[in-house]
Amino acid sequence: MPETEEKKTKPQSFLSGVLQEAVSGSVLVPLLAILTAMILGGVVIAMAGGNPFAAYLGLAEGAFGSAKAWSETAVWATPYIFAGLAVALAFKGGLFNIGAEGQLALGAVVSAWIGYALPDILGISLPPVIHVLLAVGIGMLTGAFWAAIPGWLKAYTGGHEVINTIMMNYIALNMTSFLLNGPMKDPSPTNVIARTPLIAESARMPVLFEGYRVHWGFVLALVIAFLTWWLLQKTTLGFEIRTVGANPDAAKYAGINVKRIIILTMALSGMLAGMAGTVEVTALNYRHELGFSVGYGFDAIAIALLGKTHPLGVVLASILFAAMRNGATRMQFLTQIPVDVISVIQALILLFVAADAIVRYIYRIRAPEEHLTLTRGWGG
Amino acid sequence: MTATVLQAKGITKEFPGVLANDHVDFDLREGEIHALLGENGAGKSTLMNIIYGLYNQDEGEIIINGQPSNITTPNDAIEYGIGMVHQHFMLIPVFRVTENIMLGAETLHRDKNRTPPFWKRGIFEWVRQLDFLERRAVTKKVSELSHQYGLDIDPDAIVGDLPVGVQQRVEIIKALYRNAKILILDEPSAVLTPQEVEDLFRIMRELTSRGVSIIFITHKLKEVLAVADRITVMRAGKVVDTVIPEESNEQKLASLMVGRDVLLKVDKKTAHPKGDVLTVSDLRVVDHRKLDVVRGVSFNVRRGEILGIAGVQGNGQTELIEALTGLRPTRSGKVILAGKDVTGKPPRVVTEAGLGHIPEDRQRHGLVLSYPITDNIMLCTYYLPPFAKGFTIQQKAVDEVTRQLIKAFDVRTPSPFVITSKLSGGNQQKVIVARELSRPVNLLIANQPTRGLDVGSIEYIHKEIIAMRDRGVGVLLVSAELDEILSLSDRIAVIYRGEIVTTVDAKDATREQLGLWMAGAKPESA
Amino acid sequence: MDWRRFSFIALIIATLFGIVVSIGHEQTSPAIIITSMLATTIAVATPLTLGALSGVYCERAGVVNIGIEGMMLSGAFFGWLAAIYMNSVFNFSTMPSLLIGVLAAMLAGGAFGWLHALLSVTFKVDQIIGGTVINMLAIGITGFLNRQLFFEKGSIFGGQVPHAPGVLPRIQLPILADIPVVGRVFDQQPIAITAILLVFLTHYILFFTRWGLRTRAVGEHPRAADTVGINVRKVRYANVIIGGLMAGLGGAYFTLESVPSFEPLMTNGRGFIALAAMIFGNWTPIGSWAAALIFGAAQAMQINLQFFREMIPAQWAFLQQSYIVGLAPYILTMIILTGIIGKNVPPAADGLPYEK
Repeated sequence: MPETEEKKTKPQSFLSGVLQEAVSGSVLVPLLAILTAMILGGVVIAMAGGNPFAAYLGLAEGAFGSAKAWSETAVWATPYIFAGLAVALAFKGGLFNIGAEGQLALGAVVSAWIGYALPDILGISLPPVIHVLLAVGIGMLTGAFWAAIPGWLKAYTGGHEVINTIMMNYIALNMTSFLLNGPMKDPSPTNVIARTPLIAESARMPVLFEGYRVHWGFVLALVIAFLTWWLLQKTTLGFEIRTVGANPDAAKYAGINVKRIIILTMALSGMLAGMAGTVEVTALNYRHELGFSVGYGFDAIAIALLGKTHPLGVVLASILFAAMRNGATRMQFLTQIPVDVISVIQALILLFVAADAIVRYIYRIRAPEEHLTLTRGWGG
Repeated sequence: MTATVLQAKGITKEFPGVLANDHVDFDLREGEIHALLGENGAGKSTLMNIIYGLYNQDEGEIIINGQPSNITTPNDAIEYGIGMVHQHFMLIPVFRVTENIMLGAETLHRDKNRTPPFWKRGIFEWVRQLDFLERRAVTKKVSELSHQYGLDIDPDAIVGDLPVGVQQRVEIIKALYRNAKILILDEPSAVLTPQEVEDLFRIMRELTSRGVSIIFITHKLKEVLAVADRITVMRAGKVVDTVIPEESNEQKLASLMVGRDVLLKVDKKTAHPKGDVLTVSDLRVVDHRKLDVVRGVSFNVRRGEILGIAGVQGNGQTELIEALTGLRPTRSGKVILAGKDVTGKPPRVVTEAGLGHIPEDRQRHGLVLSYPITDNIMLCTYYLPPFAKGFTIQQKAVDEVTRQLIKAFDVRTPSPFVITSKLSGGNQQKVIVARELSRPVNLLIANQPTRGLDVGSIEYIHKEIIAMRDRGVGVLLVSAELDEILSLSDRIAVIYRGEIVTTVDAKDATREQLGLWMAGAKPESA
Repeated sequence: MDWRRFSFIALIIATLFGIVVSIGHEQTSPAIIITSMLATTIAVATPLTLGALSGVYCERAGVVNIGIEGMMLSGAFFGWLAAIYMNSVFNFSTMPSLLIGVLAAMLAGGAFGWLHALLSVTFKVDQIIGGTVINMLAIGITGFLNRQLFFEKGSIFGGQVPHAPGVLPRIQLPILADIPVVGRVFDQQPIAITAILLVFLTHYILFFTRWGLRTRAVGEHPRAADTVGINVRKVRYANVIIGGLMAGLGGAYFTLESVPSFEPLMTNGRGFIALAAMIFGNWTPIGSWAAALIFGAAQAMQINLQFFREMIPAQWAFLQQSYIVGLAPYILTMIILTGIIGKNVPPAADGLPYEK
């Protein structure tokens, strides 16, 4: 066959794959989904008595209007990237991790505890790098452990991970509420909030530029995104994960230990979600506070789908969602539209991304070559 | 001259990329059995689905009893007295026989000869959806029909518990219950033993003698010659010819069907088997319901021979093969592959002991359909050189090997990166064959290797299997097609209800004798 | 429902009751504790029962519904909104306002049911993703409207929550409610009573009518149903919308029967627990109800233990922590899903779009 013919179907590389997909419509469709959701969101804003153009202008200004705005957008994007990768990785393995919220909350609690309590327990002050690594590492492992439980249940009992991860969200939420209101509550007399004490200086990740809040966690997120892509596309483990996700029967036939891979995929996914929590603690808030997560775990589902479960797509989708969250305050200030409208717009984006058939129908785009397999009902 | 009850004129139907029916003309006379013969993918089922209203034609019309019809849904077809028995039964396993039969044509309580009260009429008709279902009347009518046509069934049985032969009768009664005068039978003999096929033919003749007209879809030459009054042959979406059995024979029909002369006999030399490569002793396997489905099976396969396992589907073949290949746990017994005990070992261990496996369900087990061909080529050995170095995949090597195999195994594809689901069934199977045969293997297990393929691919795969045998590989062949077993095997083992009834030399085997054993007859003790 | 499941349910409920009785018996007589527990169990199981019925309708027709949570939440919000709107803007009196509220709640649930059907039946979206979309959309819309209508100055209610019309009154079932001690069990609010009636009605519909036969056929083998002339699309749409109505009614329980107020995210995972109850009930209405009662009993325990807080012995101190006791339903759900209490068999075509 001639070379040119082959080029078209060559497996995707990190960048060229996305560029190629742009032509075939897989990037066009998400973009149109965003556009459609923004138009509908504009209708909502207009109905609430606001001017949609002013609102979106305020949104853009708030998100990208100044160096500080850029920095804040990156700060918002960081947990989104981690959590979005977590959900995307699970999707690649045929698993739906709705539990990122709980995994990141527990990761955050544990890494906060390592951050403020470990030096006292050991009776020594830890060297900064080691302490950060410990806080982040153990937070990650906590997330991995928390996600591995529904993974194990799925592999060995068939209990569906969707319900189990949701249940574990509530369990994690109750546990963190208990801890932050009780044993781990900041003991300082002025504190009335359910939050931990500040973590030690040695457990803090530095900021990138003096005077801005954007921190090394953002860089870490980008690196992890690249590593996730490399793992999935270039390693035998990634092949195993993708095969189990695409066809578990064929994976078993191919000699892959499906149960092991299911647990491992969930653990890796939980680890990424745990990082989202632990980076928020060590690089941004320096403590864990109840309700600090404003639904990162749920937005992550929309982000993973919007990014077509491709790590680069996840990064771009995260920045979009971050920009919306970050710019919303400015929008509210300028137009008196409550920031909650962002949740509506994001849900609409998810709607149109998930039901890409609607978008294809509206804009008359032909059907995709290959359908993305995500979940398989209760039986899978 | 009897009346024509159904006439299809110029039926054309296009699916994306395929012209499934190209101006097809077809007619059915009252009380005849009209066979529609053709290869898989020739367009027979498409034509029937159009007649039955499951698909709508792009062009052409269907004339019933001389009147142009307008069939757009199965409901319309049922109205016109058309019934269809599908190749894959349209029965709900968890429902009772009566529930299956009445579905869509339910009788409601107090339905008989009474106008419903005002709150169940007109715009309130839907309220009758909530009326009590009348089951007794259905049971009675089903019993009547089964007596009338000699179709013996228990109306209260759960369909999933019935043998396939009986399920087929339920399907026929389902059509008769709706007063079908035209019956379409789509590949009805695929799941039956030769004796059950005889029984089916008896029922078909009984039906035609009572004025039912039958369209009989099949790709089996012997059967059409045995039962049909007329034979229409289709190829590549077109009608090639309509003949009567008295003026035709297998060779002629085969040429019409394929479009060239076909060798009905597989060309192979005598086998020279050497020592055992696979020894199975007293193997027991349970299915997902924990029922014994393989009950103490013992046999051996020697290097350089083909052992065929003959049997009607559902007699434990699937579970037997899954147990041998490590996909299903064994309950007891022993499996020795190339001198290595692989009893109950996971698939990877069995594969590494030198097993090549062409699985029964190629789309479910054998391939990841959403992957490009390259990924499917490395599916079983992705972790070994040359495909992997340490834990990284060597994409260049994968691409290179795939290109070679595509050439060597004649896979028709524009590129090695084509998504596998885009390939035809025959080419998909060739990808599996290429992957499984290109490795050094001691034993090849081929389970239904040619099911649903076109004649060209069948011939190719048969040739490859025999070539493997001649290279000294042991081959275990499982097939529901008795012809395939007879033409490829050197020895034949017959499986019935999870037990090997007997093992015979292929030279001494006859269709009739195998058929009896497959139906449970005991061999005379020698 | 096999006996094993049934005895498991009875055992768990008895244990939960037993804990409360053993702690509180010195202060209150066991008979009164048990009746109070029973009454609370039935009441708090109401949204779970209705949520589970929602699941039964959808999934028996072959559409997986994890959007029950969102349907309930929107039912809770729009029911409440309609009730106070009628009450404070149109000056309707309490009862009509509340009844219109219930109707609005069901319609809101039904509208989301329609959206779910549109996504999963017409557009063949992955049904679990579709359900997630429903949930996120419901959270977004109710959160936004709640803020916009009640906390923004320019809105119709002038930036404050108007006086609520209260909750639906109790209905004392004649004769039964007059029985001493246990009479309290039959003294329930209307949605709770309706839920129980709907359980048995659904059982009848599903197993004894044409509607039910066709619904189950579509959920088990849509192609078979299609070949006998059943319109798979219509049957699925109808059942998913009915499922939405049920979930919406379940949502009304929160704001029109339990407490006269709305809070964002107030359904708090009940929709998912309802789904688990449906699974444990093996996709049958009566089984789902029995399973919903377990969760009801767990919650009843949590509520009743608060009365006896001081009496909890020291070695059981963890029972004082409502965070810990509150874990019971979630952990129970996970145990049930393992299938160790009995294998759960979903309808064969559950979750699969029907392709002709």
